[in-house]
Amino acid sequence: MLDACGVASAEELFAHLPEAARLNRPLALDPGISEYEIVDYFKKRAAHNANGYTSFLGAGVYHHYRPVLVDAVVSRGEFLTSYTPYQAEIAQGTLTTIFEFQTMMCQLTGMDVANASMYDGSTALPEAAMMAVRATGKGRVLVARNVHPEYREVLRTYARHQGMPVVEFGYVAETGAVDLEDLERHIDPLTAAVIVQSPNFFGVIDQVKAAAEVAHKHGALLIMVFTEAVSLGILEPPADADIVAGELQSFAISPCYGGPFAGVIATKEKFMRQLPGRLVGQTVDSRGNRAFCLTLSTREQHIRREKATSNICTNQALIALMATVFMTVYGKQGLRELALQNLAKANYLADKSQRRFTAPCFNEFVARVEGQSPDELNKALLKTRIIGGLPLAKHYPELSDCVLLCSTEMTPRESMDLVATALASKKPVEVQA
Amino acid sequence: MINKVRPHISQNEALLFERSSPGKRAYQLPRLDVPEVDAGALLGAANVRSGIEGFPEVSEVEAIRHFTRLSTWNYAIDYGMYPLGSCTMKYNPRINELVARIDGLAWAHPYQPEALSQGCMEVMARVESALAEITGMDAVTLQPAAGAHGELTGILLIRALLERRGNPRKKILIPDSAHGTNPATAAIAGYAVENIKSGENGALDVNALEQLVTEDVAALMVTNPNTLGVFEHNIIQASEILHRKGALLYMDGANMNALVGIARPGDFGVDVMHLNLHKTFSTPHGGGGPGAGPVAVKKQFEPFLPIPRIRRAAKKLIYDYKLKYSIGRVRAFYGNFGVLVRALAYILAHGGPGLRNATVDAVLNAVYIRKKLEPYYDLPYPSPNMHEVVFSDKRQEAHGLHTGDLAKRLIDYGFHPYTVSFPLIVHGALMIEPTETEGKLEIDQFVEAMISIAHEAETDPQTVKTAPHGTRTSRVDEVSAARKPVLRWKPI
Repeated sequence: MLDACGVASAEELFAHLPEAARLNRPLALDPGISEYEIVDYFKKRAAHNANGYTSFLGAGVYHHYRPVLVDAVVSRGEFLTSYTPYQAEIAQGTLTTIFEFQTMMCQLTGMDVANASMYDGSTALPEAAMMAVRATGKGRVLVARNVHPEYREVLRTYARHQGMPVVEFGYVAETGAVDLEDLERHIDPLTAAVIVQSPNFFGVIDQVKAAAEVAHKHGALLIMVFTEAVSLGILEPPADADIVAGELQSFAISPCYGGPFAGVIATKEKFMRQLPGRLVGQTVDSRGNRAFCLTLSTREQHIRREKATSNICTNQALIALMATVFMTVYGKQGLRELALQNLAKANYLADKSQRRFTAPCFNEFVARVEGQSPDELNKALLKTRIIGGLPLAKHYPELSDCVLLCSTEMTPRESMDLVATALASKKPVEVQA
Repeated sequence: MINKVRPHISQNEALLFERSSPGKRAYQLPRLDVPEVDAGALLGAANVRSGIEGFPEVSEVEAIRHFTRLSTWNYAIDYGMYPLGSCTMKYNPRINELVARIDGLAWAHPYQPEALSQGCMEVMARVESALAEITGMDAVTLQPAAGAHGELTGILLIRALLERRGNPRKKILIPDSAHGTNPATAAIAGYAVENIKSGENGALDVNALEQLVTEDVAALMVTNPNTLGVFEHNIIQASEILHRKGALLYMDGANMNALVGIARPGDFGVDVMHLNLHKTFSTPHGGGGPGAGPVAVKKQFEPFLPIPRIRRAAKKLIYDYKLKYSIGRVRAFYGNFGVLVRALAYILAHGGPGLRNATVDAVLNAVYIRKKLEPYYDLPYPSPNMHEVVFSDKRQEAHGLHTGDLAKRLIDYGFHPYTVSFPLIVHGALMIEPTETEGKLEIDQFVEAMISIAHEAETDPQTVKTAPHGTRTSRVDEVSAARKPVLRWKPI
């Protein structure tokens, strides 16, 4: 090959690089290691994490069972090692699964169209807000304080330089749901969107319909965020929202220390052309057979450059495929049953706890910790190999005596009983397993 | 003569919704070990949905057959070479998939206590330091979820630094050969975009740059090697011009696989850059994601990086949320951790010398293809190329054929098309990138296919024009798809 290239050594291929730009020493990285050693390295790292604990953490990342079929499908090289399906003739597998994904997202959310997925829920939110700004021609965004705190942080990062002021409104201290009066106080004719989450960060099923009424009265759009997709198996779809932006991690995507996940944006037909990200549409091939292809790409960066609806180049195809397989395995009946199990589990624990809020919850809820701090409670629980709920002090100083507890179909009753006992002890104690 | 492939039977398959029948199920749930609940009573009847209209109902074997059949309609790296320029479609080692699924990593919750997350944090700290060494930069954030997300993070960092200096400035300069994400990113970060025309040899024109860099310019975004696969030989000079006028140099690291072990952006004047771990570091594309887009910066940008930062404190790693000038978060949690695991597995497998060898092989493969195809295709820019080579369809255009037609014909020869019509500065571009993981046998077959297509263009252009012929799906009508969008299935 060197002869064909007309060089005596491979080093000559780099001779045209300016000398001052060259690295004239080896990289300070260890020599390569074998497959066995790589597995060993990562197993040792994994051993430095939590292993064999029951976790009550939710807060945007949930422990749900991953059906075996999911990895069986996504491990197929044809899905795993294929590129973005620009060449439709040899990418019908990926394109068809994305079309099915978009359809199922519409069926779940009650929206007309959904995109092919986003990086995750937290980045789907600012993209949804930017969409509302484009659709309304207004710039201000109102977000409820009971929307996931890290999502709100990401929203602020994106908004800062786009002339998109982000203003927060409160929740009702008693119920944990959005404070509609506070929303009325903050909304004005320049408001492009009102953002609420349901179930919200406290696990409370929030007042999407009522918030939408307020938003619409003032000419703003209502964006509904969800972080717990399993809830859509039982909850009324948010048909009153104009845009739904969500996180699909619950659909067979491993917690994986926070990513990769897949988000999604779904919306009404009239906002279709404002959607960011990839879209797959149905068409025919030259023989008249049904076929699918990426479409409406005139919204996108590779065509529109600085005038694009978003700078996003990719979706999360493989992760969205995990969600698609998950939805297929559970299906119409299974997703409902799964949601009901989650509801039953969380309510079992909630009934044995001091609930901080009165409004109904799905699979997580805020519990008041009495006689000890949430950190003391969690420290005691760790001794029985239980990771307790998320202490809320960091993001909600007014809830510094509270934890956010989550139970799913994978949470054993015995562990919930231990947590209930620890909560009821009202003082730092040794929990007996 | 097509001898790499021959057609075989592939199964037809309906959409899930069309093959559903009521009552079929593929799921099992554990026995409920707590009392059942009445959803209507707990949540209020108005909050409970009646059913998910149209949702699939299939058995387990139907589900696995459905997705397996669909999978066979895809081309993939595991089938053969993917000469997509700029996309770096290299082999994805399966070890990466295995280690990313180790329980203690895959089931780690981002909010579990730091003391019980040390393994994940060690992985991230090691990725940060390896990437810093490879790029010659001082600090790395792993939070961005993809390349374009990294670009946005990088430009926000530049903005934050300039704001801190008193003036964020107004414009970002972008060469006309740049990826479309560059201008789209600049716009989201609140900057106007000014294009720089490439010089005669396709390289950055430093004289033009000198003229354009004013007090209004925040930064120049360049890809190096550029999208022609050519190293920007004036890069150090460009950096000096920018720095003299208080502006900064941003590098799109999409083509970093041409530089690893050979040259480091930190050494040639780059201030901020992103990397695409799904390109250079072999994490699979998965049909379009997930990727990861870490951003590497020089020291002066450290106070502005997204929170949290990983720090070493005594014997353990901790998160530091107290960065006074941080641009904030660009994503919830810590980034695409699972992608970082795969990238680290790749780095560990190769080691320092192996990474450099990969670069050498990638460049050797691309130069070899150039030499073999130069007699048959127009090469608009004769500068020495690195990891990819860009031809134009000028010679085939005489026969009424465009780059897109030639690309579709390549499918019949058993290859994925090269990148079509990019970069925009080349008329009818054919952008070819073999990567280091292709051997001579596969590359020679590719070269033969390209030569054969060049002959067909002269002797039988109609066959090329209507390609592909051997696929189960013939040429797809993308125009109708956009004119009357059908974006979801509906019952007839």
